[in-house]
Amino acid sequence: MDFGLSEEQRLLEETFRSWLAEHAPIARVRELVSRGAEGLGALWPELAELGAAGVLVPEEHGGSGLGVLDAGLIAQALGRAVTPAPFLGSAVMAPTALLAAGTPAQRAEWLPRLATGETCIGIAATEVYSRREGAGVRLEGGRLFGTALFALDVPGADAILVAAGADDLLLVPLDAERLAIERLSSVDATRALAELVFDGVPPAEALGGPGGAGAAIERMLDAGRAAVAGDLVGACEAMLDQAVEYAKQRTQFGRVIGSFQAVKHLCAEMAAELEPARSLFWYAAHALGALPDEAPLAVAHAKAHLSEVATAIAKTSTEVHGGIGFTEEQGLHFWFKRIGLDRQLLGGPEVLRERAAALQGWAA
Amino acid sequence: MDLEYGERYERFRAEVRAFLAAHRERAPRGGFRAGGGARDASTAWQRLLIEHGYAARTIPRAYGGYGADPDLLETVVIDEELSRAGVPRGLSGQGPAMLVPTLLEHGSEEQKRRWIPPTVRGELSWCQGYSEPGAGSDLASLQTRAKEDGDDFLINGQKIWTSGAQAAHMMFVLVRTELDAEKHAGISYLLLPMDTPGIEVRPLRTMTGGAEFNQVFFTDVRVPKANVVGARGEGWRVANTTLRHERNMLGNAAQTESLLLELVALMQTESRNGARALQSPILRDGLLRLQARAETMKRHSMRLLTCALRGESPGVAGLVVKLQGCQLNHDIAALALDVMGELGALYDRSKYERARGMWQFQYMFSLGLIIGGGTAQIQKNIIAERGLGLPREPKPVGAS
Repeated sequence: MDFGLSEEQRLLEETFRSWLAEHAPIARVRELVSRGAEGLGALWPELAELGAAGVLVPEEHGGSGLGVLDAGLIAQALGRAVTPAPFLGSAVMAPTALLAAGTPAQRAEWLPRLATGETCIGIAATEVYSRREGAGVRLEGGRLFGTALFALDVPGADAILVAAGADDLLLVPLDAERLAIERLSSVDATRALAELVFDGVPPAEALGGPGGAGAAIERMLDAGRAAVAGDLVGACEAMLDQAVEYAKQRTQFGRVIGSFQAVKHLCAEMAAELEPARSLFWYAAHALGALPDEAPLAVAHAKAHLSEVATAIAKTSTEVHGGIGFTEEQGLHFWFKRIGLDRQLLGGPEVLRERAAALQGWAA
Repeated sequence: MDLEYGERYERFRAEVRAFLAAHRERAPRGGFRAGGGARDASTAWQRLLIEHGYAARTIPRAYGGYGADPDLLETVVIDEELSRAGVPRGLSGQGPAMLVPTLLEHGSEEQKRRWIPPTVRGELSWCQGYSEPGAGSDLASLQTRAKEDGDDFLINGQKIWTSGAQAAHMMFVLVRTELDAEKHAGISYLLLPMDTPGIEVRPLRTMTGGAEFNQVFFTDVRVPKANVVGARGEGWRVANTTLRHERNMLGNAAQTESLLLELVALMQTESRNGARALQSPILRDGLLRLQARAETMKRHSMRLLTCALRGESPGVAGLVVKLQGCQLNHDIAALALDVMGELGALYDRSKYERARGMWQFQYMFSLGLIIGGGTAQIQKNIIAERGLGLPREPKPVGAS
């Protein structure tokens, strides 16, 4: 019985954490996001070199063949540093889908290039769990029609994995004919969202055969959700740490504000929510590899709960900072906004709680 | 990560199961709290558990225990198997769970030999005399005094929130022996027979309608000086050992899990306007939020267990269980009341009352536990100061 990180996992966590602290501090993040879509991928070659891109790719295809928890710990480091990177799509969701439903030839073609970071794959699967604005993609006569909203990590990608309904997963080159791509600006400048309009796009290839990708899509979404939960843990760590640091040095009424119980209790509440939630994140991410029967429920709970915890921490940390926390210059808003988008990505808390209810046979 | 217990512990589990298969009909019904003749059955069961090493497992044989080396996972396996079999686990409560570890750490050889064996056998029961009307969160300001009188102390004063005082044979009590010392340095930890003349126990009625606690009054109560645990004036340090053990008892994730299961069962049976509670999207969302939190605390307790097994300090993660667990229990009961709606307000054996008022009792009693054993606000101070390194509140001018 050992429910904790291994030495290797701690090293992984620390490697990314210290590399990002040195090479991608908030000033660098500001500079990158100011460059738009191009800037969002600028750190990826170096992060891939560190092992981010190939974390889930088996060794035979040039990756390190680690598990979702390891990927989640990298996501945590990225969230902690509000790093722009196509990690979720290219390093977590696309490899998971390829491993779950790709043919040996498809794996051999894509996984080695994903692992080095030279290829990126975006993800368009929102409509599997949430349809808005009449969106939805369908496969008719071998061609794709319809709209996909909130597609992830599309800029800089060579191809996109597109879910058509709940059971078809298709790989579409970014430069496919009759595909229109429009960026959607979100509150979080560190991630790219896109709208894709398909007007009879011929997919390059299908994963899992016609109608045979349902389980792979579910698994891909759950791996993504676990990674987002990790991103949230990291973003919460950063917001708590900044609040505590600030409370230790900011003086009012002749005392550091962290000596006031009104302020220290806010800090305590953040820590009291975050640490158990981290344990839940570990469990859900671990379950995706080791306990497949329990994983979907654990992941739904983890992502929903972390979203609630992080939303509260984002607000509380900003309040501990007082007025300065509200300014653009302080930069705390980068985490506030990262959490704001994370909360909704791959299913917001309400969507995931309904999913958790359905998984237990409790849905109406 | 490896959630398997491994071959060695599975073998141990098989031994526990074999024991239970052979002896479970000897287990008392209704648990240890049942009154009357149940007490004899309980002590017999406790003796049987000790004999086989399933209670008092790591207490040395010289003090009436089984004398095994400490092995946390064995303890976990025993707890799991006894719970699964629906038989009472080894005695817990203030004597075995709080006093015994404290004596093992701070008691004299004679005290250990005299007090631990009957306590672990369940023959000697204890209550805790800590809080006073004027010393709650600021426990070290306690005023119950023990004045020297030859080889004895004479105790005068009052304790409050003393659970089990009517039935207890003994009390471990904090008293001020060094009247001139700084407040933390003037306290001693004493062992006191409850039948000593001068002790009066008055039940303290609480908001639940029951009397789960007492007030205890001392008038010239005579105790031998030999009953001091640790040294005179060292009581604060000794007491902190007990408090640490108490806080480990509160906010237990397994209890929360079973409470949540009862809530699920309630929501599957209660209905309003012909629809079951579980069909209400609002109530169901509330249930799922609580389920996520209960799952969170369960995984967190696994993490803390792992820290203990590895011999690692959990840091701030180890300071949050009491705060989070007690609040969660209260919130589970609160949703259960809303599930029952008007029926949830019924109490005192009313017609239509559900589960003999268990949820309303739980709702109130869990609030008591948010306060008791160190209030939520004290817990937050501890988390912030010891866990996050924030500075203490400056003392008011003139305070000691």
